[in-house]
Amino acid sequence: MNVMTWTYIFVGITFTLYLFIAWRARVKDTKGFYVAGRGIPASANGMATAADWMSAASFIGMAGLIATMGYAGGQYLMGWTGGFVLLALLLAPYLRKFGHFTVPDFIGDRYSSDFARLVAVICAIFISFTYVAGQMRGVGIVFSRFLEVPVTYGVIIGMIIVFIYATLGGMKGITWTQVAQFWILITAFLIPAIAISIKLTGNPIPQLGLGSTITDTTTQSSAFFLDKLNDIGSDLGFGSYTAASGESGGGFNKLLNMFCVALVLMVGTAGLPHVIVRFYTVKNVKAARWSAFWALFFMAGLYLTAPSTAAFARYYMLTTLNNRTYNVPLPPQGITTDTGQTLKLINDADSIPRIAVDHGTDGSFAPEFTSFTTAAGQKRYIIHKTTGDILSELPHWFFNWERTGLIAFFDGDNDGKLKYTGREDNEIFRTGSGAIAAELGTLRTNHQLWLDSNGQQGADARQILTAKNLSGPDRDIIVLATPEMAELSNWIIAFIAAGALAAALSTASGLLLVISSSVAHDLYFRILNNNASETSRLAVGRVTIGFAVVIAGLFGIYPPGFVSQVVAFAFGLAAASFFPAIVLGIFSKRVGTTAAITGMIAGIAFTAFYIIAAVYFKMPHWCFGIGPQGIGVVGMIINFVLTLSLVPFTTGPNEKVQEMIASIREPEYEPPAVDLEHEPASTAADLINA
Amino acid sequence: MHDQPPAPPDQKPKRKIDYSNPIIVKSIQKYWERNIRVMGILLLIWAAAGLGCGILFADWLNQFNFPGTGYPLGFWFAQQGAIIIFVIIILIYALTMNKIDNLHKRELDELHTKSKNNDGGVV
Repeated sequence: MNVMTWTYIFVGITFTLYLFIAWRARVKDTKGFYVAGRGIPASANGMATAADWMSAASFIGMAGLIATMGYAGGQYLMGWTGGFVLLALLLAPYLRKFGHFTVPDFIGDRYSSDFARLVAVICAIFISFTYVAGQMRGVGIVFSRFLEVPVTYGVIIGMIIVFIYATLGGMKGITWTQVAQFWILITAFLIPAIAISIKLTGNPIPQLGLGSTITDTTTQSSAFFLDKLNDIGSDLGFGSYTAASGESGGGFNKLLNMFCVALVLMVGTAGLPHVIVRFYTVKNVKAARWSAFWALFFMAGLYLTAPSTAAFARYYMLTTLNNRTYNVPLPPQGITTDTGQTLKLINDADSIPRIAVDHGTDGSFAPEFTSFTTAAGQKRYIIHKTTGDILSELPHWFFNWERTGLIAFFDGDNDGKLKYTGREDNEIFRTGSGAIAAELGTLRTNHQLWLDSNGQQGADARQILTAKNLSGPDRDIIVLATPEMAELSNWIIAFIAAGALAAALSTASGLLLVISSSVAHDLYFRILNNNASETSRLAVGRVTIGFAVVIAGLFGIYPPGFVSQVVAFAFGLAAASFFPAIVLGIFSKRVGTTAAITGMIAGIAFTAFYIIAAVYFKMPHWCFGIGPQGIGVVGMIINFVLTLSLVPFTTGPNEKVQEMIASIREPEYEPPAVDLEHEPASTAADLINA
Repeated sequence: MHDQPPAPPDQKPKRKIDYSNPIIVKSIQKYWERNIRVMGILLLIWAAAGLGCGILFADWLNQFNFPGTGYPLGFWFAQQGAIIIFVIIILIYALTMNKIDNLHKRELDELHTKSKNNDGGVV
């Protein structure tokens, strides 16, 4: 069976499973809808949190980022895991003891201010939408590559599935679905990593494989894999893979930026509403601590494997593409295959059919083509069955992905061979999505003209793409193409597609619930209509999910070009707003409303200004050379310093809030009373009994 | 572990903090100080492992290899070691805090029984 059939089978099975779980876990009250009735066991909550957290970006994008950045990719690994330490130690137990529904609930009650609540609601909604857009794009990529479905349909199918199980089961449905999604995505990530590790290093554990030696088939000498990767990289002008700042240059500024980015990601992770809200769903304070542990424990499975996948894929990328001929002119002496056959030149008057016609959908060849490996097992060729024409030395995955625009070859010296380097002679590019992809045909024609006319006519596509920062393959293909690089079976490749979908859908559903609770609970119930009944709140919550799904879907179909910058913005914002406000709210009894709100607004304003000015108006990075990705650290420091320095001059929290702080700090006594002016008595009693 | 298993959350008696009783206030304060100490130490390790060994000292550490492997040590911290240490930090936190919680609970239970008996005697 081919990859597409397998993909349909796996996607069909997993989607049915998600819907079945959602049906079994359907809920009727707000407590079940927002916090799953607070009955989720810690380990299950850990798995759900892990699935919630590991998004399309972690599953598809992160290994690619590491493969491109080498050592510096560690900032994402440490940032996205280190945040859970902050979450476990500084936030989770206290917020669980506080025990309401959402993050704005805490901010609003602790600082007894609807304005603070509103700021928190807006931040939560903004952060969540930013994220959902990225997830929907991930769904679109997977559908278009593996199911041959146009991106639009792919996104719509994904939207419908998420909508059904999010509205039906609320947090309860989402949590149990995420538990299933966790196992699917982690298995899908580990299988190719293990396979490729065995293939390259002979060690089935990818982490050990990465640290072990490989044997060179030609010289029979063995060397550490990472040393070899460093050498290859340096030869090709990419610099060393493992060096921190010394060898590859950049020095102190590079380290400072990495420091800031890692810290922003850590602090931002701890401040992201869809992660925090998970700790409201467990039984008690002890379970909140355990569930933070289980979450990071389960996540480590992916985060510790990604560096291996990244380095192995990098190695394959550099060694299988460089100096391989894209379109082979027939060699006059012929070539010996691994079966001992000699293939000789056959005169062919017609133009050689370009390999571009062989974009089989299932990773196999069109009927008129076949492939063989040379006697030494070194090179794999694709040949025409009837004419015997040798068409290409490139691995087949290259052509599968060339079709999606995520990798592209533009010859610079007209030798027909690929050069993938970090220097000016690089010939591998990507066209991305958006305007450039649409012009690809023109770009190719003009480039051919430029080659044929020796630079007299046409245009050098390499210069155009380099100017637009599109050198090298798109990093998103690393994980998705790894199994094809390792030549794994079709069903494994299909299973990875299902895993990528699980990663995208689990995160999207968690985020949609945050949007829904922000609107229905914080905005509608706590601010606009305090007397709203349980039924109408649930209805508003479900309708909001509907709207949010549609908006998120539109983002997925028409991806705004600025998604990656906006994601950096989401972390910066969370770091500069939520984190200091919550931490000070728990650990200081003296920080009052005015101080906290001033600090929050100053932090947000600075971070927003710096990112927007640096990204859109080419503002120089005047703040110690820190880039927009890491500037949230400075925003956070401004927030902390301003808030604390205002404390002596402003009024502190009132007695009721003081009591609330005291009660969330220790686990034994009664949880804090709900802000009774806002909450109907029956619900308050219900919450206290919970 | 001879501790009695904690009562299920639903049946746990919920009490309000009695601020008029200095012994209880002191006990709560002691609990909080222990909590802060555990948290502080673990956060120091967190910063040292991730931001320290993984980034600031990575250049220097890279001259050594992780024994027996091809991992330069700074690189290992940035892409493997820090994450492993993070998991262990949360594990230690959960174990220690839950122990401190139990200790605190027993202390409070004792205090409450005592004060109840005293009250009973007076009334």
